[in-house]
Amino acid sequence: MLKIENLNVHYGGIHALRGVNMHIEQGKIISLIGANGAGKSTTLRSIMGLVPKSDGKVIYKGEDITTTPTIKIVKGGISLTPEGRKVFPDLTVKENLLLGAYLRKNKAEIQKDLEWVYELFPRLLEREWQIAATLSGGEQQMLAVGRSLMSRPQLLMMDEPSLGLAPIIVKGIFDIIKQINEAGVSVLLIEQNAKAALEISDYAYVLETGTVVLEGPGKELITNDEVKKAYLGA
Amino acid sequence: MTKHRKWLLSCIAIAAFLAVVFLLEQTIPKSSNWSMLFTVLEKGSIYALVAVSMNLVNGFTGLFSLGQAGFMLIGAYTYAIFTIPPEQRASVYQYFDGGIITFMLPAIPSILLAGIVAAFFAFLIGLPVLRLKSDYLAIASLGFAEILRAIFQWDKLGPITNGSNLLRKFTTYHTSLYPIIAAGICIAIMLLVINSSYGRAFKAIREDEIAAEAMGINLFKHKEMSFVISSFFAGIGGALLAMFQTTIQASVFRAALTYEFLLIVVIGGMGSVTGSIIASYLFIACREWWLRFLDSEQYIGDFKVPLLRAGFRNVVFSVVIMIIVLFFSQGIMGTKEFSWQGLGGLIRKIPTIPARLRRKFKKEAQVNE
Repeated sequence: MLKIENLNVHYGGIHALRGVNMHIEQGKIISLIGANGAGKSTTLRSIMGLVPKSDGKVIYKGEDITTTPTIKIVKGGISLTPEGRKVFPDLTVKENLLLGAYLRKNKAEIQKDLEWVYELFPRLLEREWQIAATLSGGEQQMLAVGRSLMSRPQLLMMDEPSLGLAPIIVKGIFDIIKQINEAGVSVLLIEQNAKAALEISDYAYVLETGTVVLEGPGKELITNDEVKKAYLGA
Repeated sequence: MTKHRKWLLSCIAIAAFLAVVFLLEQTIPKSSNWSMLFTVLEKGSIYALVAVSMNLVNGFTGLFSLGQAGFMLIGAYTYAIFTIPPEQRASVYQYFDGGIITFMLPAIPSILLAGIVAAFFAFLIGLPVLRLKSDYLAIASLGFAEILRAIFQWDKLGPITNGSNLLRKFTTYHTSLYPIIAAGICIAIMLLVINSSYGRAFKAIREDEIAAEAMGINLFKHKEMSFVISSFFAGIGGALLAMFQTTIQASVFRAALTYEFLLIVVIGGMGSVTGSIIASYLFIACREWWLRFLDSEQYIGDFKVPLLRAGFRNVVFSVVIMIIVLFFSQGIMGTKEFSWQGLGGLIRKIPTIPARLRRKFKKEAQVNE
């Protein structure tokens, strides 16, 4: 579904991505793990066209989207839940969700997806008219995920959805990710919480200083010695 | 309260307000002290219109633009130039052989034209300027307004703009209802924009540009849209101001004029239309009427009140502003808007206000310690 070939990104003098190659299959959960500064967020942001690429190709459904503007990428069905949640703090929960559907015009369909999001996260329905800044961290994360779903993505990319959340809430978020995936959405997941991510992933990539150093099915990587040592603390 | 009932209540309130203004205008003679009320209502409405237009860019879209006076200038001149009767042009353009325009347009098309010309200039200026962020945008837009003022005073453009001389004898209004209704319609249109999905996108840009872009919002397009709409209404505000003053001169539209609106927007609350409107009337009422006594020597019996003299009004004004910035940094309304339920709640809360203020100041004092 999404193919990344030899992706290179520079931030000024810093060579953040050094030839990343990835392949994301339709309907799968793929995770991207790695230490801080390995280039995980940069990978997602460059797929979305938020960061200029210096070399390489991004191919989505057989189409080259390397230099496509962000809006067209969102329209094409890729959605990003940015790191640190980034909900719109002074807007209500409902306004936040509707902004996720900004590029869609069909009101009935939007309403249907709104109900679906409320079904996934009943807490958001309770707080529909509340200002997003007054939500707890977990609720804000739910809102950020819900907002991404409102664009009805075929590929949902999530940047550290478990960041700063209590373990029990993290588990809830991961259950939801599985549910979303079962509804037919492919998921590309960035996680520091490597164990939880690998458990639900079909396939995973390990990133180190801008290159893929290891890849394989999630379940295999959990038992891999190097991964264990570096990320699972065993 | 149902939506239907709220609409009905709002319509009744507006109609009642207009009727009261109309009746007062019929009964209060122009010479009485109370005729100041009409100045406040007229100028307050015009200021409210421009303040709301500034709030649309600064408060709702989160762009720090200081070009408002420039767009008002364009609006005021466009209006004035096209509504001076041909037979009066010789006396108005006395140094420029009657100017080069020999026709006049009716008032309402001219007002719209004023808005359109201002919006057109905003569009052109926005192309380079809106790619700048925060302070740079403020500096660039302020500079643009100042350059514009200089150009309009340029002698070579005299046949059109009358150089640095006054423009006068253009069509004006004869009832206070005119600016009130005109400003009301414009503000209502801006409210519709703010509450539409475009308005939501503006607010999203204000809150977080990266997240907004990730939602598929075209940052530049929406900034430009907000800027152009704002300038359109600033242009109309300029035209109305020209009508109010009956004469117009480029030197009125200094940067200081923009600061007045910035002040109103901050006092009213960035991101609140209601706040901007309330603050406009308060600002004009204080400056033109209620605080006037500070500028002349006053006697209580034989006792001469100290400090009162020409210019003291501005000192008091500055102190008031400092108090607002220090203790009420959210402004009068914050980002809240008027609602009938809110009004009901406020009326019930009035008896508790002194206690709440005491608590607030106590808390501030503790924080400052």
